[in-house]
Amino acid sequence: MSKSNNNNDYNPLELLICVGSRVLEDNSTVEVGTGVPMASTLLAQRLYAPNIIAIFEAGGVAPLMPGLPISVGDSRTSYRAIMASTMNDVMETCQRGMVDYTFLGGAQIDMYGNLNSTMIGAIYQNPKVRFPGSGGANDLGSLCWKTIVITPMDRRRFVKKLDFVTTPGYLTGKGARERAGLPEGSGPYKVITNLCILGYDEETCRMKVESLHPGVELEQVQENCEFELLVANDLKTTPPPTEEELRVLREEVDPDGYIIGRVK
Amino acid sequence: MDQELIDIEEGLEELFCDPDPDKARAFFKTKERGLVNKVTTVKDAVRELVRDSDYLAVGGFGHVRIPTAVLYEIIRQKKRDLGMAGHTSIYDSDILASAGCLNRCDISYVVGYEIRGLSASARRAFESNKIKKTDWSNSALAWRFYAGAAGLSFVPSRNMLGTDTFKRSAAKTIRCPFTGKKFAALPALYPDVGIIHVHRADIYGNCQIDGILISDPYLARASKRVIISAEKLIPNEEIRKNPQMTTIPYWCVDAVIEEPFGSHPGNMPGEYWFDEDFFRMYLETVKTEEGTQKFLDDYIYNVENFEGYLEKIGGLRKMTELRNLENLIFQKRAQQMKSRIKVKKQSA
Repeated sequence: MSKSNNNNDYNPLELLICVGSRVLEDNSTVEVGTGVPMASTLLAQRLYAPNIIAIFEAGGVAPLMPGLPISVGDSRTSYRAIMASTMNDVMETCQRGMVDYTFLGGAQIDMYGNLNSTMIGAIYQNPKVRFPGSGGANDLGSLCWKTIVITPMDRRRFVKKLDFVTTPGYLTGKGARERAGLPEGSGPYKVITNLCILGYDEETCRMKVESLHPGVELEQVQENCEFELLVANDLKTTPPPTEEELRVLREEVDPDGYIIGRVK
Repeated sequence: MDQELIDIEEGLEELFCDPDPDKARAFFKTKERGLVNKVTTVKDAVRELVRDSDYLAVGGFGHVRIPTAVLYEIIRQKKRDLGMAGHTSIYDSDILASAGCLNRCDISYVVGYEIRGLSASARRAFESNKIKKTDWSNSALAWRFYAGAAGLSFVPSRNMLGTDTFKRSAAKTIRCPFTGKKFAALPALYPDVGIIHVHRADIYGNCQIDGILISDPYLARASKRVIISAEKLIPNEEIRKNPQMTTIPYWCVDAVIEEPFGSHPGNMPGEYWFDEDFFRMYLETVKTEEGTQKFLDDYIYNVENFEGYLEKIGGLRKMTELRNLENLIFQKRAQQMKSRIKVKKQSA
């Protein structure tokens, strides 16, 4: 699908970003990861959550972003901010329990919401593909209260077994985070994809389909996921991107197509 | 992942730096206390302060406020077997690894260029076992610098636990003597050389940074030797007018280099934006090994110094363009021009 002025026509990344912008509450603290989360947060700041406290791991606190940052450490993350601080301070704020959400981008994910952004292959010192590593993801997934992951959905990304657990989800299931020493009551909250919104089952901590995007069938969601998904009893339909969301996204948030132009 | 992984108490990979605080104290005891002029050239600073097999820590954020001139000189002087804290590193670790300078790396972020994707050249370097790897997370390395800055041997933390990031680190777990809770114990990091680009410094090495500080105040204090490159030198009197702006004090610093536009192609907050044309060219050129070699020849080996490099990337005109982008001036002007054209059309 191509970018178009017809508002019923939107590409999968535009859908992802618009849906992502709606889950953030105004006046909450959110630690924003690189890529799609930055676009969703900026869109949320423009439309739904003007007082959202966006925090960036390199030290930017509550900026009024003039446009999409390229990096979680560039000057836009402290543009008209309330504080230009340190990574130590930001991560300690997360560890202290002051940060409600973290919003992380694409990686491999398993049914407990564990993430791989480190490597593909069997030999750690000699991987088939080396990815960046944790960056701040492990810290944020460990220390913020609720983790939201935003990523396109396919069988390469939603896998039975990760080659490397970079960032903790629910690890092996209920109670595993606490046993490992991670802060009590923290953990995965939502996964937002181009097909659906997923949550987690309270008892098993397994991923559960909560809402299908317009025109998407449940079978299609399962086909794009290697592990078996649970389904919510009250399965909902996600409202499509609004005209206003798409306009602000295309004209103000990402006019250069840094993210929404990446569709294959 | 299985139960055993959760119960692992020690990371499996190598600890590259000795966390012993008394050895660190013995070194810091020898550091210069006097206010002496430390201004030098990048060539001399690298020749005298960076030795083969040293462990480096580079300030900034990989492509934001990076000490490019010093990194290029390390490559030009063909330093070898260096270790590095791959802490939020991007262009810095990429070019050092691509030029064959590194043989070990504490990784929290390498290979990636955030929303621009991955570097093929960094991938070739880090996927081979020529570089020995130990993984951490961003705050793990930030807190390891803090532990060094505080003169400790470790710091407890609540990240990394239960994951392969812990398993492939050199951290251990520890039980809190007060609460009985389990923590990760992160070993202090005392790098041999810290290299940081700042906005302003005086000749003694007192530094002012605008915008976010990332981990640099800690990195500077934990490092045994520190090289500062500064956008500009300012009189000591300016430092004393605003002492709250000094985030790195002179006694941490061994060399001061004045290097305008010294973070190119990286962003310098308040000064100039990323050179996106350069990053596109770089990521395209280094897709092949020959391309990497060509890049290193064209932009580093066959260039005498950083002034020569700046001329090559477009000189003052290019840097002015990047300054305007940083200050959002082009965008505003483009919008104004658009509306002016509209007005004209309407009136016509």
